[in-house]
Amino acid sequence: MLVYVFRRLVNVVFMLLVVAAVTFGIFFMVPKLTGSDPALLYVGKIADKAAVEGIRHKMGLDKSIIEQFWLFLKGIFVGRDFNAGVDVTHCSAPCLGYSFKTEREVWPLLLDRVGVDFSLAVGASILWVVLGTGTGVVSALRRGTLLDRITMTGALAGVSLPMYFTGLVALAVFANNLGWFPNNYTDFADDPLLWFEGLVLPWITLAFLFAATYARLSRATLLDVLGEDYIRTARAKGLAEPVVIGKHAMRSTLTPILTIFGMDLGGLLGGAVLTEKTFNLRGLGYEAVTSIASSDLPVIMGVTLFAAFFIIMANLLVDMLYAVVDPRVRLG
Amino acid sequence: MSINDKPFLSVRDLKVHFPTDDGLVKSVNGLSFDLEKGKTLGIVGESGSGKSVTSLSIMGLHRAGGKRGAPQISGEIWLDGEDLVAAGPDRVRKLRGQKMAMIFQDPLTAMHPYYTVGAQIVEGYRAHHPGVSKREARKRAIEMLDRVGIPQPDKRVDNYPHEFSGGMRQRAMIAMALVNDPSLLIADEPTTALDVTVQAQILDLIRDLQKEFGSAVIIITHDLGVVAELADDILVMYGGKPVERGPAATLFESPEHPYTWGLLGSMPRLDRELQDRLTPVKGTPPSLINVPSGCAFHPRCPYAELTGGRSTTEVPVLAEAAPQHHAACHLPIAERHRIFADEIAPRL
Repeated sequence: MLVYVFRRLVNVVFMLLVVAAVTFGIFFMVPKLTGSDPALLYVGKIADKAAVEGIRHKMGLDKSIIEQFWLFLKGIFVGRDFNAGVDVTHCSAPCLGYSFKTEREVWPLLLDRVGVDFSLAVGASILWVVLGTGTGVVSALRRGTLLDRITMTGALAGVSLPMYFTGLVALAVFANNLGWFPNNYTDFADDPLLWFEGLVLPWITLAFLFAATYARLSRATLLDVLGEDYIRTARAKGLAEPVVIGKHAMRSTLTPILTIFGMDLGGLLGGAVLTEKTFNLRGLGYEAVTSIASSDLPVIMGVTLFAAFFIIMANLLVDMLYAVVDPRVRLG
Repeated sequence: MSINDKPFLSVRDLKVHFPTDDGLVKSVNGLSFDLEKGKTLGIVGESGSGKSVTSLSIMGLHRAGGKRGAPQISGEIWLDGEDLVAAGPDRVRKLRGQKMAMIFQDPLTAMHPYYTVGAQIVEGYRAHHPGVSKREARKRAIEMLDRVGIPQPDKRVDNYPHEFSGGMRQRAMIAMALVNDPSLLIADEPTTALDVTVQAQILDLIRDLQKEFGSAVIIITHDLGVVAELADDILVMYGGKPVERGPAATLFESPEHPYTWGLLGSMPRLDRELQDRLTPVKGTPPSLINVPSGCAFHPRCPYAELTGGRSTTEVPVLAEAAPQHHAACHLPIAERHRIFADEIAPRL
């Protein structure tokens, strides 16, 4: 198990390296293909040639791609100085790059932003797992009844309605009309209560979207599992129905749920663009959108790496949990 | 005879019908038989003859029939003086696993893949012995695994089903079924999923355990070879109804029903001269929704014309053909004996 985890962690580093290289390559190539000059993006509209060359040199854009990539990687571990003679900008380790556009280091910026996504993802995921699987299970056990039809129609709505629609409706009704919840985000450290209140609507809206998928999946899986021979065996042993369902059937039902949960959570931690935009939350998704709009390459690169990291780690976690849940899975 | 002077297990006019979109599926349509403790009954028939539904109904497991809707059940199932059809689901659940137990066809899918073999046996034991500690139940599980011939039971108890071979899994299933000393054991195709060499071992095991525990055993199979050695009595089912019933020895010696002839003819025999080919029963099992009129077997019966049209209009009932030997066939007894002696017996 330990050997396996170590091997996977080495693999994680390697995959992140590939993601970084590909992203780096794209940002190196795109300006060449479109004929734009990244250095020009940072000096303002009216700049003389010397100023452009100066910034180009400072950003390291005059070096080869290999050299640039090496400097980027080195910066992560030892920090980096963007040096143009007298004008030195320091970026301390771990340096994921420096945004000349906003004059900020990327790493602290993203670290600051990820808290929002963390709050959003954790709260919403607890809600959707409990509600989604809960309704799915009840639906499966009451298959064909009115309750089943109503919840499954609700689930269909949840899957079909876009986030920005349900979110805006929720905002309009519960924040603006009824005034039950604030429509802005407060940091947990500043005021836990306001933090909670501000996140209730995003949590519910996001959970509605995901819970729908989980309800449908858990319903279908449980119905499958209930037809398994080992459920019949459990009943043949004279076990009470709550034990048959709650213990024997649920353990098998939760396995596929675990898989998509890891993926969903990993994806959300890397930024939830629509949710953040709808609820005016400033997380990684918000940063991704603004940096893309302003061609702030170092920030785009940082967000990409962050998102990749979360998804890869979630993947690893799911694989390890899988081995815990299903004894037939052997890691190695 | 037990209390009420009834046999230990007595099934009377059992009918199990499943409503479906296409119509009523008459899986079991009027079945009666008796079984005493210490005796073995073999129920034989093709897929869809109603043999499995019969056993599930006795266990009260027909209710959770999976994809089919809630079945309609009528008739009586008397187990030790108690009618299981009339009893509530909770009462039947308490008897299940304790007084009556069941082993299934495929021991791999019949065990939960996520729990150890020991845990699954312990669970069944403690469900009916609430006061027993985990440690005691574990001891009992090891004892049972030892009893069914699993080597190193104290180590194997912590294995998962996938770490057992097919034969071992079926042994473990038997241990699980017998952990509460049931008086009735139902084995639904217990050897079908196993290697031929293992089949004989499992059948021997069932026989030995029955001698030891003195329980009543029902073996359900499509393979007459399985019941030939094990069963005291044999019940042949076709289309949800019994077509022949009698002591095993008599039934093999002088089978009365053309369907039984067909089953015997399609059985490979190693103790005979090389046969060119097996003789299958022609046609397919009947629809249980639109059961053929008259005798359900008549569309496949080579001798149907000899009944003068009765086989298409009149449902035959079980009638005594010899002492304790009953068959549901319109052919006159003398005619059946002639056909069997002249045409069937030489080919077997």
